[in-house]
Amino acid sequence: MEQTAPGDNALISVRQLSFSRGNKKIFNNVSLDIERGKITAIMGPSGTGKTTLLKLIAGQLYPDSGVITVDGLNVHQLRRAELYNLRKRMGMLFQSGALLTDMSVYDNVAFPLREHTHLPESMIRTLVLMKLEAVGLRGARHLMPNELSGGMARRIALARAIALDPMMILYDEPFTGQDPISMGVLVHLIKALNSTLGLTSIIVSHDVHETSLIADTIYVISEGRIVDHGTPEAMRQSSSPWIQQFMTGAADGPVPFHYPAKDYLDDLLPTGKRY
Amino acid sequence: MRRPGPALLSWVEPRFFLLLTLSGLFSVVLRPRLLLNQLYSVGVLSFLIIFISGLFVGMVLGLQGYYILSDFGAEETLGLMVAASLVRELGPVVSALLFAGRAGSALTAEIGLMKATEQLSGMEMMAVDPIKRIIAPRLLAGLLSMPLLAGVFSTIGIIGGLLVGSGMLGVDDGAYWAQMQAKLDFYDDIVNGFIKSVVFGFVASWIALFEGYDAIPTSEGVSRATTRTVVNSAFSILGLDFILTALMFGDS
Repeated sequence: MEQTAPGDNALISVRQLSFSRGNKKIFNNVSLDIERGKITAIMGPSGTGKTTLLKLIAGQLYPDSGVITVDGLNVHQLRRAELYNLRKRMGMLFQSGALLTDMSVYDNVAFPLREHTHLPESMIRTLVLMKLEAVGLRGARHLMPNELSGGMARRIALARAIALDPMMILYDEPFTGQDPISMGVLVHLIKALNSTLGLTSIIVSHDVHETSLIADTIYVISEGRIVDHGTPEAMRQSSSPWIQQFMTGAADGPVPFHYPAKDYLDDLLPTGKRY
Repeated sequence: MRRPGPALLSWVEPRFFLLLTLSGLFSVVLRPRLLLNQLYSVGVLSFLIIFISGLFVGMVLGLQGYYILSDFGAEETLGLMVAASLVRELGPVVSALLFAGRAGSALTAEIGLMKATEQLSGMEMMAVDPIKRIIAPRLLAGLLSMPLLAGVFSTIGIIGGLLVGSGMLGVDDGAYWAQMQAKLDFYDDIVNGFIKSVVFGFVASWIALFEGYDAIPTSEGVSRATTRTVVNSAFSILGLDFILTALMFGDS
């Protein structure tokens, strides 16, 4: 499964990535490719460092070893100004939305445009309304972030992420904590934006069903390694019992229901006595 | 394979927080709107508490000063006594303590919560440097507001002393002003008090911003950071006041 040469069409390639936090190894020699124009999902149980992977790709964290290249640039060798230039071409959707709470929806979407361009206010207005229309929330432009529902906040954050017309978007758990309708809206939006804007999307998620609907490729990560990768269909057909458990959500399997502990009977009974 | 630079950077950043912030001040000058917004929330919103506290401190000084000075038949110097204590000490120190409690704690909580809600790292992801966009304007606003607030505090305090001294206790208001005018020195008293307020404003804002930026991004972490802001600012202000006083007024 270890690829050595980057795929021809890879926008992002990760090679021999290792990263640890304290004594815990989050990634151990991970290699993967994200193809241009596709939707790639990174899946795995909570706490396997999926969000950490996004932060590594975006250059917010530095790996212990290994190389991550985005569009031919080695993220962790870039100087600060170059890294910031690269980030202008990446959008990231945080789990919380990360909207600036002291600004209205309109100003939030206008924020990257005002920071990075010298466009006249009339053109910024046109762009902001276009982006808001794309996520269906043009009518909500006067609201403040605390007046938004979780699903709306995420859509606004998505409008902000596409404000600078990036080449790729990183989604951090886009479906977590959403009602079925907003979930459906987000699934539709991610798919539609990816094809209409010619984006490359990376979704980090553990919502198997929604992610399988739109992903072109799924990587499943567990305990710092890539367990398997392929199309959603291939994952469902996988012979690995671990993948089967993950995809179907069975309570017990290769990933045990119980946290490691000493023998149950020994734990309940007074020490040393066994009847 | 491994570069030492980046790992070093994450260690360096909190330690050189001040330098990074100061280098961001240039970009604030180019964007006065950011500064104006912060001047409002840091300075204007602190005005009322400074105004009312200044009035009461001045009135108490008037009362206490009168009781002691009248024992020596020196009620006429009440104006000088009130003004000198305010301009040299109480104005900068008490307004800085109030500033740390009112504006400093608000800054820490605001920045800590921005960190906890991923707004700071969201900004970084949009290629906007939060130190330039968020921290630097607030530091400059604190630096500019504090001397003005200390000036308001002292002025209102002197008027409070006059209200009590002349209105309640019968000190001649002409003497109140005349003694003040004759004995208060512009350089020794007013300029030194101004320098103190600039130093306190800088230290209080710096501590507040650092604690917010360095806070553990949880509700408990932000609450602890806010407490640390108030406690550390108070200690720093009082300690620095002693040092500055010793340097400024030592030989006169």
